[in-house]
Amino acid sequence: MSDQTVQNFESLAPSAGQKFTQRVLPLAVFALIILIIPMFNPSNLMLTLLNVMGINIVFALSYNMLLGRGGLLSFGHAVYFGLGGYAAVHAMRAIENASYGDGGFWASYPVFFLPVIGFGVGALAGAIIGWPSCRRAGTPFAMISLGVAELIAAAGFMFGSIFGGEEGISGDRMNGPELFGLSLGPINEVYWFIAFWTILGTVGIYAFTRTPLGKMSEATRDNPERVEFVGYDPQRVRYLVFIFAGGFAGLAGGMAAVQYEIFTPEAVSLAPSGMVLLMAYIGGIRYFAGPILGAVVLTYMQSMLSDYSEAWLLYLGILFMAIVMFAPGGLAGIVAGLFNGLRADDRSERVSKWAIMVVGCVLAFVGLVALVEVAIRWSNGYGEVFEPFGMHLPTASVLTWVLIVLPLAAGFAILRFGATRNKEGQA
Amino acid sequence: MKLVKSAALAAAMAFASMSGASADTLKIAFIDPLSGPFGPSGQSGLNEWTYAAAQVNAKGGIQGKQVEVIGLDNKVNPKESLIQFQKAIDQGVRFIAQGNGSSVASALVDAVEKHNKRNPGDEVLYLNYAAVDPVFTNDRCSFWHFRFDADADMKMEAVTDWIKGQEQIKKVYIIGQDYSFGKAVAAAAVKNLTAKRPDIEIVGNELHPLGKVKDFTPYVQKIISSGADAIITGNWGADMVLLIKSAMDSGFKGEILTYYGGSKGAAVAMGESATGHVKAIVEHNTNLPMSDAHAAYVDGYEAEYSEDDYYYHRISNAMKMLAMAADKAGSTEPKAIAFALEGMTWEGPTGTITMRADNHQILQPMFMSTFSKDGVTRGVEDLPLGWTSGANDRIEGEATKTETTCKMKRPS
Amino acid sequence: METIVFSLLNGVIYGLLLFMLSSGLTLIFSMMGVLNFAHASFYMLGAYFAYTISEASSFWIALIFAPILVGLIGAAVERWGLRTVHVNGHVAELLFTFGLAYLIDEVVKIIWGRNAVDYRVPELLDFPLFELFGAQYPAYRIFTLFVALAMLAGLWFILNRTRAGLIIQAALTHPHMVGHLGHNVPRIFMTVFGVGCALAGLAGVIGGNYLVTDPAMAVQMGPIVFVVVVVGGLGSLMGAFLAAMLLGLLQTFAVAIDTRFADIFGFLGLSETSEVGAISIASLAPMLPFLLLVIILMVRPRGLMGDREL
Repeated sequence: MSDQTVQNFESLAPSAGQKFTQRVLPLAVFALIILIIPMFNPSNLMLTLLNVMGINIVFALSYNMLLGRGGLLSFGHAVYFGLGGYAAVHAMRAIENASYGDGGFWASYPVFFLPVIGFGVGALAGAIIGWPSCRRAGTPFAMISLGVAELIAAAGFMFGSIFGGEEGISGDRMNGPELFGLSLGPINEVYWFIAFWTILGTVGIYAFTRTPLGKMSEATRDNPERVEFVGYDPQRVRYLVFIFAGGFAGLAGGMAAVQYEIFTPEAVSLAPSGMVLLMAYIGGIRYFAGPILGAVVLTYMQSMLSDYSEAWLLYLGILFMAIVMFAPGGLAGIVAGLFNGLRADDRSERVSKWAIMVVGCVLAFVGLVALVEVAIRWSNGYGEVFEPFGMHLPTASVLTWVLIVLPLAAGFAILRFGATRNKEGQA
Repeated sequence: MKLVKSAALAAAMAFASMSGASADTLKIAFIDPLSGPFGPSGQSGLNEWTYAAAQVNAKGGIQGKQVEVIGLDNKVNPKESLIQFQKAIDQGVRFIAQGNGSSVASALVDAVEKHNKRNPGDEVLYLNYAAVDPVFTNDRCSFWHFRFDADADMKMEAVTDWIKGQEQIKKVYIIGQDYSFGKAVAAAAVKNLTAKRPDIEIVGNELHPLGKVKDFTPYVQKIISSGADAIITGNWGADMVLLIKSAMDSGFKGEILTYYGGSKGAAVAMGESATGHVKAIVEHNTNLPMSDAHAAYVDGYEAEYSEDDYYYHRISNAMKMLAMAADKAGSTEPKAIAFALEGMTWEGPTGTITMRADNHQILQPMFMSTFSKDGVTRGVEDLPLGWTSGANDRIEGEATKTETTCKMKRPS
Repeated sequence: METIVFSLLNGVIYGLLLFMLSSGLTLIFSMMGVLNFAHASFYMLGAYFAYTISEASSFWIALIFAPILVGLIGAAVERWGLRTVHVNGHVAELLFTFGLAYLIDEVVKIIWGRNAVDYRVPELLDFPLFELFGAQYPAYRIFTLFVALAMLAGLWFILNRTRAGLIIQAALTHPHMVGHLGHNVPRIFMTVFGVGCALAGLAGVIGGNYLVTDPAMAVQMGPIVFVVVVVGGLGSLMGAFLAAMLLGLLQTFAVAIDTRFADIFGFLGLSETSEVGAISIASLAPMLPFLLLVIILMVRPRGLMGDREL
């Protein structure tokens, strides 16, 4: 302790190469993927889904500024998304009226930059609502966000002039000055709009995490007392982060305004707030890329899984529970674990361990799907029978229950075996 | 995924006919909730569309094409509906059907209008079977939208026409949910009552937040102490059921005039004590006098979907009118069908049915049905209770006609 | 006069139901720090179990066994679910219950269907007890009043007069110390979680038939339970009781007030026809709890009677 040599902190910092591979490269790859997708000629449905994914990516990332980076669990993040979106739709209408009327400021405002309005209003809402709610973190913060979300959701139905009542407010994106030759009419042109703002939003949020404020937000999450000792006010840090998170949520809202050309009061309700929480958490809140992954997976599930099974909500719930219980790192954590594991020395051992777990999971999943699908048909009572691969599985048949119980039991037994073996390995 | 997919395909027994070549099918995308809290009402809508399609197919289809109904789950979310709409279009769908939620209808009216403007030659027609906001056949009317249900204002016309004949009603209490629909119902009730029965005193006009009230007893006791002998409410879902239950528990003796008393799950929750008090304004109930053919249609439905009751009669109207319009136009092109539907009049199972040309709103006889114990041949939800109506409870379609502000823009 | 009598009666009964629902959560939350999002789902399970049991036998048997069943399920959830998640911190625990609420909802829909079930008030109690100012008062409501009071008395007795109760009380405030004294804290946690859920189940048995038993009932009751617990304060059953009463009375009295904003703020030039002016106090009644929640958290984070901050 006494005769400390002066440490060379320079050597602890990442080298320029590391900086590039860890910080710039992933974002560049992400942007590249977005840019080359149209070359594969996706269908209109696929483009629509991609657009929604882009919106949700920015939305989930903004949410993770609170939950993952700031340690603030919010149940009302859709409020800022919704208010930003509403502002953008109102602006879109102003553009429409101005371009067919007396001109003025709005006549020269391109629809392409509506997300800026969304950002502004989202941040403003964050600044107003954040003031009382950011005084404390933890459960009080979560509860205040819940209370505020309930109040705003009720207001959404009461104030028709702002929220447009049940029908909401709609606009037309094909007005005002065109930018980059995009009329924004066809869905493939909207794709470029979404792509631009998704990349900008992602880079922006990433850049935020590198700022001193972003770093302090993580410090405040881990230990607010120490933050105070080094001279920062945790309340102020939380408040500023909250404003930015609101702003980026509003940006996503502005993107949604252009994509859907309509906003309805359900956008500020509790359901989308819950959904964005699921996206961020399932994706993995400890990783920057987690919410991106979560947004992509959940958007796809929400719109496509319901074609295959009406019990899709149940599967979503089970997925969420499994993540919370067994993989707190989320999907990104699993991916990162695989990636690191493949480069570790005990590679072969890990692979065999994973193989056991995958087999167990697949078996348990098969049994579970069979159980749920049989149960849901029994519950509906329309006399439908679950018939996978041409098999006939009525509720009363022995085969059905064998096919449910056997994989479930085998799956869980294998998973348990794997888990105990791990413990022994560690001991 | 493959497993689940094939399972789902197999499950959709009703789509068995879809194996035919797609060129010979007329696809109707049913965009409504099939999961979540509103799943049951969406599911019975899908059942009735599927059943109606099967009946048409048995007679050779529409213009020789088999009708296929594709159920798409929109989770009553307007944004999700637009994704499902895109999904439908990618599958070559030219007709969409929707009913649950005016927010969804608002998004779809807009989306269909824009799609048709941006994709000429590939137009889509929107068959609205239950979204009742009057705005869709007034200020926001669209050539591509046809509504097969009476709108909220027309239902109130029917309710107040019925009240005109009820001398014993002297005091009316209006209660509704605090959002656009509840407010519209209240405004229409006040307007129509003052015009048709100026002697009636409106003793209360109250709004409560949507879906937030857990115990309606305070409201009901306010109603009872106001001396009201009839309640008018546009409430639906839990808000309606809880209101009726509290009213019965507190011994309310008057009539409760509802829009959605007959909706799914309500009968069980209201229970026997509500019989004779609860009324609903509907275009059909299963205890009406019926022709043999219509009775066979209804019984056939209830036999095939034993867990479900025949409720959305307007769906069978919509399917029949779609077929008739296609025959008249000699084509299944949405544009030609839309022109053929305008002004179409026919004799339906309940009386004369007309599709107005000026705003695409249907006019059909309405019935003030009573939730009853007696005179019930077809019960609901496996109860011995059902919905009945007498001769005085019928309101002709023409009487429910309202002025429209619609300026229809027709394509050339 | 009649308004006051009615509002008092209704407010007290509604408040008592809220208290039954939230007393369990107060116990759980105070001791384990877990804000159980699935608490209202256990309330729903109680109602559904009661429905099934009373179909097969009678309401009175359901009154005893449904809460026990719910309690067992709760204990199992704690043992094999929450305990696993516990190491990942409170947020993970909260999210676990969030997902659990979701799952219970879906499973209930599969087992009992997606519509309301016919869970009725027992015939013995299905009559109007008395008539007040023209409105009848159902006997069952008075019955709920007595059940709630009995529960309150029972809880008080167990917590203050039995050894187990004293240990639980100690664990509420000083869980580590109790552990050091050699008590099996995980088992206490499991028991408290189970008992808390059983109390919610009891509320379900009582409330399911006088409200409606359908899959939406958990979502409807969910947030308001938090309000009671947070407003009441950590570690205080008395606080939860006061908060539940306050909320019950506040809501029922507000319903009786027809005053509009325009009447109150008329001097500021707010007109009757404007959107804000047309809002009446009565229409805001169901929103008041959330307003109260936000205000309490801002002004007095300990809640009414809490002994420490959240």
